[in-house]
Amino acid sequence: MKNILQSIYFYLDTRFKLSDLIQFAKKKKVPEHKYSFWYYFGGICLFLFILQVLTGILLLLYYTPSVDSAHESIQFIMSQVKFGWLMRSVHSWSANILIAAIFIHMFSSFFLKAYRSPRELTWITGFFLLLIFLAFGFSGYLLPWNELSFFATRVGTDIAGTLPLIGKHIKTFILGGPDVTGATISRFFWLHIGILPLLTVIILGIHVLLVQILGMSKPIGIPQNKVKEVPFFPNFILKDSLGWMLILALIGVLCVFFPWEIGQKADPFAATPIGIKPEWYFTFMFTTLKIIPAHIFSIEGEMIAIFGFMIGGLLWMLVPFLDRNAAKERKSSVFSFLGWIILLYIVVMTALTYLLPGL
Amino acid sequence: MKARKMRKIINLLSIFFLAISIFSLSLYAQKNYCIECHQELEDELLAPVEAFKIDIHQQFGLSCADCHGGNPAEEDIDLAKDKTFKGTPQRFRIPEFCASCHSDSRYMRRFNPSIRVDQLDIYWTSKHGQLLKKGDTKVALCTDCHAAHGIQSATHPKSWTFPWNIPQTCSRCHSDTNYMKDYRIPTKQWDDYKDSVHAHALFEKKDLSAPVCNDCHGNHGATPPEITSIAFVCRQCHPSAGELFSQSPHKKAFDEMELSECEACHGNHKILPPSDEMLGTGEKAVCIQCHESESKPYQVASQIKDKLDAFIEKIRHAESLLEQADRQGVEVSEPKFRLTEANSTLIFVRNLTHSFSLMEIEEKIGDGEKVVAEVIKAGEAALREAKFRKTGLIIATCFIFLLSIALFLKIRQIDKKTST
Repeated sequence: MKNILQSIYFYLDTRFKLSDLIQFAKKKKVPEHKYSFWYYFGGICLFLFILQVLTGILLLLYYTPSVDSAHESIQFIMSQVKFGWLMRSVHSWSANILIAAIFIHMFSSFFLKAYRSPRELTWITGFFLLLIFLAFGFSGYLLPWNELSFFATRVGTDIAGTLPLIGKHIKTFILGGPDVTGATISRFFWLHIGILPLLTVIILGIHVLLVQILGMSKPIGIPQNKVKEVPFFPNFILKDSLGWMLILALIGVLCVFFPWEIGQKADPFAATPIGIKPEWYFTFMFTTLKIIPAHIFSIEGEMIAIFGFMIGGLLWMLVPFLDRNAAKERKSSVFSFLGWIILLYIVVMTALTYLLPGL
Repeated sequence: MKARKMRKIINLLSIFFLAISIFSLSLYAQKNYCIECHQELEDELLAPVEAFKIDIHQQFGLSCADCHGGNPAEEDIDLAKDKTFKGTPQRFRIPEFCASCHSDSRYMRRFNPSIRVDQLDIYWTSKHGQLLKKGDTKVALCTDCHAAHGIQSATHPKSWTFPWNIPQTCSRCHSDTNYMKDYRIPTKQWDDYKDSVHAHALFEKKDLSAPVCNDCHGNHGATPPEITSIAFVCRQCHPSAGELFSQSPHKKAFDEMELSECEACHGNHKILPPSDEMLGTGEKAVCIQCHESESKPYQVASQIKDKLDAFIEKIRHAESLLEQADRQGVEVSEPKFRLTEANSTLIFVRNLTHSFSLMEIEEKIGDGEKVVAEVIKAGEAALREAKFRKTGLIIATCFIFLLSIALFLKIRQIDKKTST
């Protein structure tokens, strides 16, 4: 038996240079300090993404992307398919936890100034991954074709449609027409299972590769004697696995006690239900658009907010190039302060959406 | 050159004078001195002007003179009250006063080609009309139900004759014990009606098809339904129950005893929401009003009630199972939908009780029970599934925690090794 395994290993090693990879893994070190805990969120994101892929593939076996059968197929998955309820609930719950984990990972990297040279590209690819996963969330939300998702998509794309000059064209392109129809579900489906996964694989590949090449960033200001290095394999990977196990247990509990709802089938002719809102990760933008004055200096408030978010997003992506202090390994309190303001804004606006729905 | 200029000036002047003339004429035509004068008066002499603002006649371009005659263009009161002036009609003449237009199909066609013009003829057949003919002017006339000057279309929600206003319109006289004392008829119809299933549908569900006074008694021909006609009144909306009753053994017995059909069990104005308690031999059962205990019909009534109760009990059990499963997160929308079929059968059976045929009721309940049995099976399976999920979760969580503990111990061991 041992000989057979050795032969297989030799065969693969000759072709894939496995021994080089093993050598790399053995040599790879990870810094350990009082903020090391935040490193594990990267691994959690990766684990949740793998869960998304696996459960998504299983859901694809039964899901039908059309107005007539999308909702029915989800109902079939939830009630008739063996462990279908589990697959869908794991997919939906882990998707939401994944977005939350991405936000935590991003903000922890921000506050630890992990974006500074030479890791600018790691930050930028991470930012693109956030956008991609938000797009995953937006497109996936419509697929069950239920009342909430239908109207939330309509409201969301209506906002995009208010952009000057290109708004209408963008909306038509996203929806495949002037309104949410069968064409939209078809587009969203292919975006969700084709284009976005492809982009994710490419960008995630670059992101992970950069992490492997450059290693993990050490926070600014921690004395060298307080930072020790531990082997990535097995020390770090085992701790990572422990986090994955705990997340898996949490998802299991959520799926059994709070299986993801199917909702009422969407009726395009029905009036928009009161209190319709997008998924929680978009609500900070949604509430901003709701509370912003109709006009600011005779410019439409909604427009200002949309441009504000676009410019804000761009600046957020370019933070590695803007934070000159961090680039010089100096503390950058201004950026930390701005980070806290942004985080507070997101938390407050999200909370307001649920605490004051009639805002 | 000069001639051209002159022509231009003449043309402009002509246009100017023409405009002035049209403007003056229009001012003159718009003046209605009836309104001009009455606006300056008080109380009942001012009231018609205020009320007429929302009157349907005004919307169709009619004015005071179209009903009351006279010349509204005359500012002088004596000249205005010319020989065509009719003034306020005497109360007993009001029906004919209104009918002078409303019974003239050629005239009415100008405003509404499909409007009925037989209201006066029908009115004379009503109890109100018959009493008026005998000289009783206390009875309801056109203006008592439609108002005199604030008349609105019956389709207008504020109209006195709009469905949800009709009970109040009728009760203005019929609930006034003092006003009605000479007629020796009950005055609690409105109070009774308020508790009825029909009032609930009308006022709470805003169901405008729910019957109000005129749907059973007629409007212009309002008259109390005779015993023999009550059933036909109810059948207008409840034909199925009526047909079942007609085929039942009760029909012959009721006819022989001169009992009103529906009303005998359901009442008239206070028609309460029907309940299963009305069936059988319980305290609230209507069957025991006529059937003596131990008689065969008494036993049939008891059996029908028992069968119905058992069926309802099974439906409730199925509902409870599905609710439990739903609360535990198992998808049960399909059996829930199937259960609506059983509930439809229950509605059908409740209606079928008007046939008083135990055999037919048993057969229909049997069909429903088959559906309920399937739903109960699905509900039990769903609860088993919920239990299975929880058990699975416990096993999986235990396994994950064991693995986590093993990992934790391994990590500690490795960490120790690394630090040494």
